[in-house]
Amino acid sequence: MAKRKPKSEGEMTWRDLEIGAIVTEPGNASRYKTGDWRSQRPTYDFKKCIKCALCQIFCPEGCIFQNDEGNFEADMYYCKGCGICARECPTGVITMVEEEE
Amino acid sequence: MADRVGIEVSVAIGDAVKQANVDVIAAYPITPQTHIVEHLAELVANGEVDAAYIPVESEHSAMSACLGSAAVGARTFTATAGQGLELMHEVLYVASSMRFPVVMTVANRALSSPLSVWGDHSDVMAVRDTGWIQIFTENGQEVVDHIFCAFRIAEDNKVLLPVMIHLDGFHLSHVIEPITFPDQSKVDKFLPDNKYPLPLHPDKPVTMGDFAPPIIYPEAKWAQEVNLRASKEIILKCWQEFGEIFGHHYSPVERYHSEKAKVLLLTMGSFSETAMTAIDKMRGEGRDVGLVRLRLWRPFPFEELRRAVEDAETLIVLDRALSFGGPGGPVCSEVKAALYGQAKKPKVVSFVSGIGGRDISPGDFEEIINKGITISEKGSPNEFEIFGVRE
Repeated sequence: MAKRKPKSEGEMTWRDLEIGAIVTEPGNASRYKTGDWRSQRPTYDFKKCIKCALCQIFCPEGCIFQNDEGNFEADMYYCKGCGICARECPTGVITMVEEEE
Repeated sequence: MADRVGIEVSVAIGDAVKQANVDVIAAYPITPQTHIVEHLAELVANGEVDAAYIPVESEHSAMSACLGSAAVGARTFTATAGQGLELMHEVLYVASSMRFPVVMTVANRALSSPLSVWGDHSDVMAVRDTGWIQIFTENGQEVVDHIFCAFRIAEDNKVLLPVMIHLDGFHLSHVIEPITFPDQSKVDKFLPDNKYPLPLHPDKPVTMGDFAPPIIYPEAKWAQEVNLRASKEIILKCWQEFGEIFGHHYSPVERYHSEKAKVLLLTMGSFSETAMTAIDKMRGEGRDVGLVRLRLWRPFPFEELRRAVEDAETLIVLDRALSFGGPGGPVCSEVKAALYGQAKKPKVVSFVSGIGGRDISPGDFEEIINKGITISEKGSPNEFEIFGVRE
């Protein structure tokens, strides 16, 4: 998405864009919340977790982080529900379930 | 002092690109453009040009490499023709949309099939709407001059668009002509360093060619369109300054005995010079005919064209490409569109000829003009006339 000045994308006119719609603010893709793409969500049985971090390494979205208890958990604002973490987890911590809505 | 030498036009283009102090050339050889990049490869290999030469595996890759080069602010050149231009097609849009000032010479060539290496304008017409500035040239000197003008226009921070310089394959690319090369000091003064405003650099990261959902894509495209139209002003200023310094004058629509002529012929590219010979002969016989040549193809010079033809009764447009199943020659259909809403306008007759490298002689031009006059008086059931094809 194009550079966000004080205006949101929906408020920007063509004059507000940089040349070639270049984005000059690094990392602004984090404002694009991809979690609403999800049709399945990961659920966790943290008793089985051996803290190997394989889920974090394999997550294509880069949205898995260690929480305060030291367990690895997806940030649901960004998790697209692809299920790769559940597939790769060696101890079966993660189970994908259908999103209700 | 400026050098005037007899030289093949393709080789002269390479020498002019050297004078323009190019940084990167990424190209794939294709007839009839090969001599341009072959000569540049030699200049780079011999250390005569301080540039990187990227020999790529296709024209698609050539243009892609040009994007990367332009993205870091390097002065970037390539050349192609015919099928090569078509293979570049999708990347051409990316170059203009990302606003990269790449300069490319196109040695215009017919498209397959049947295979033809010879010249016409069907390759150009297929890339008409890719958002590039497009300039037609008629002789070697004009091509050389436009190497300097094209970099200057493309890299102007008010423009930042790629520029195509069109020259007819073989009819222009392979002929030997007397060409004047300007003094290097004058070129350096006319063509300042490329200062691309937002280059890729680790100190100031940017994202180029980003993702645009419906909420912002139309704004991005409209910005591009406004910019291309506005580039005409910079093009005109560039040509004016070039004329003052180097003595060669250019304009979007050029005239030859066209003032007050009742009948006008409109051409584009090197065949215009043959048409001049026909116009001279006919005027010598007392005929009221003149010639109008379209130099700037994009952005289309609507006002200049309207002014150039408004006093004529008949305008005969020669196209060197077919628009299959369409309204006639592509140039003619644009000319008609430009004139449609005008109160005072000539009758327009569309001719297609000279495709696949077939010559149009001065005698042929005379015949085209005479037939055009008859059609404008009596009408024709055809959307356009094909000339010089055996029945």
